[in-house]
Amino acid sequence: MNLTLKVWRQKNAHATGALQSIAAPDVSPDMSFLEMLDVVNERLIGQGEEPIAFDHDCREGICGACSLVIDGVPHGPERGTTTCQLHMRHYQDGAVVTVEPFRAAAFPVLRDLVVDRGAFDRIQAAGGFVSVRTGGAPDANALPIAKSAADLAMDAASCIGCGACVAACKNAAAMLFVGAKVSQFAHLPQGQPERDRRVLQMVAQMDREGFGACTNLYECEAVCPKEIAVRVIAELNRDYRGALLRNED
Amino acid sequence: MEDAGVRGQHPGMARTVGRVLQSSLGLKFVMALSGAGLVGFVVGHLVGNLLVFKGSNGDAINAYAQGLKDLGAGLWVMRGGVLACAVAHVAAAGLLTRRSRAARPQGYAIDKAIAATYAARTMRVSGVLVLLYVIYHLVHFTFGGADPAAFHQMLPDGRHDVYNMVVVGFQHPLVAGVYLVAQVLLGVHLSHGIQSAFQSLGLVTEPYRRLTQWGGRALAAVLVVGFVAIPLAVQLGVLLPIQR
Repeated sequence: MNLTLKVWRQKNAHATGALQSIAAPDVSPDMSFLEMLDVVNERLIGQGEEPIAFDHDCREGICGACSLVIDGVPHGPERGTTTCQLHMRHYQDGAVVTVEPFRAAAFPVLRDLVVDRGAFDRIQAAGGFVSVRTGGAPDANALPIAKSAADLAMDAASCIGCGACVAACKNAAAMLFVGAKVSQFAHLPQGQPERDRRVLQMVAQMDREGFGACTNLYECEAVCPKEIAVRVIAELNRDYRGALLRNED
Repeated sequence: MEDAGVRGQHPGMARTVGRVLQSSLGLKFVMALSGAGLVGFVVGHLVGNLLVFKGSNGDAINAYAQGLKDLGAGLWVMRGGVLACAVAHVAAAGLLTRRSRAARPQGYAIDKAIAATYAARTMRVSGVLVLLYVIYHLVHFTFGGADPAAFHQMLPDGRHDVYNMVVVGFQHPLVAGVYLVAQVLLGVHLSHGIQSAFQSLGLVTEPYRRLTQWGGRALAAVLVVGFVAIPLAVQLGVLLPIQR
């Protein structure tokens, strides 16, 4: 099938960009969206033009590197799917597909569709970890954890940090990401000693990075490729409230 | 806080207040708590207003109004509380809106909402419109500036005739229309706002979040029906002015 892409082209972080129409002929329905872009890029290179810059790595939906806002929806129209796992069979011949980068002040565009998501790394570094002494591994099952708690923690831990939640949010808020990173420890005994500190420091870093404020629209949940639920946002709010009231360092 | 001991405060009190006022989450707590205060006021206001339907000569609502006035200082404490909630709600909304606008300097060519409700996406618009209505409403029925003829209805003993003020006021179709539209806007605002407050304070997670969603919408609907009933009853001739 033949598609027309409208792709955001921007030379570098300081240039002003614009949407450019690019033909995508002979697209196989078996291609992933990224493979389709690969083929388009080979054509562009053959014609002596600049290929479209986009982020990708594992291409199996687990690394969080791929991004793209496709026809107004981060990671495209399929629910619970990353862009790399979106296949061209979902498109009709002759379709016009608009491809834009994730938009947020905290995610500056570096080139074309590539944005700098380092803000997420800095939020993680501010508190998204558990401090442990290295040494002998503890015995398995020495620390009993209820199945229900383990499930909640694992569901939150499935966040791949892609940033689609920020891209989808009207306010470019990072609450679903930070909520997931707080929730994955909040249900486990290992997460308790640093629980207040973690939430205070991660939220402070989130605000410093210039993300917006949540208005509980729940667009994030709808676009999350890992289908993280907005209950992690409620948990983040609850933990932050508790930490404020306990007022520890 | 190194100087906390000097000021005799609990160490870190200032830090907590600073965190509330400076963090996006803290400002959302302010939004939720002040919003809850305002919802409480609106519920009480509706219960009082519905007394307009009680009795045949407006005695019930006039006695209620007199009762409020008799509270004296207590009334002013209540008014102060409502005003503080309103100021905090609007101020926090302003600060949060500024942050969120700055967080997305460049929008999308195609912007599609796939989960957010209409009410949720238009909170800022409905909020500003409700604020404008509240100002008009205060001028109309509290300060008596918008319609002095309706406002200065008096009982034979010289007390304020609230019943006739409301009924005469709502006999203007345009005024009744403004009130009808404003109540629907308030209902739209609250249909998202009530559950949003529970979420912002982190009070509920699944499965109870759905309950706050539907409960919030139900309360909003009850408020709209209750408030709308009064101008509608006047326009339909159910409530008529009483010759004193």
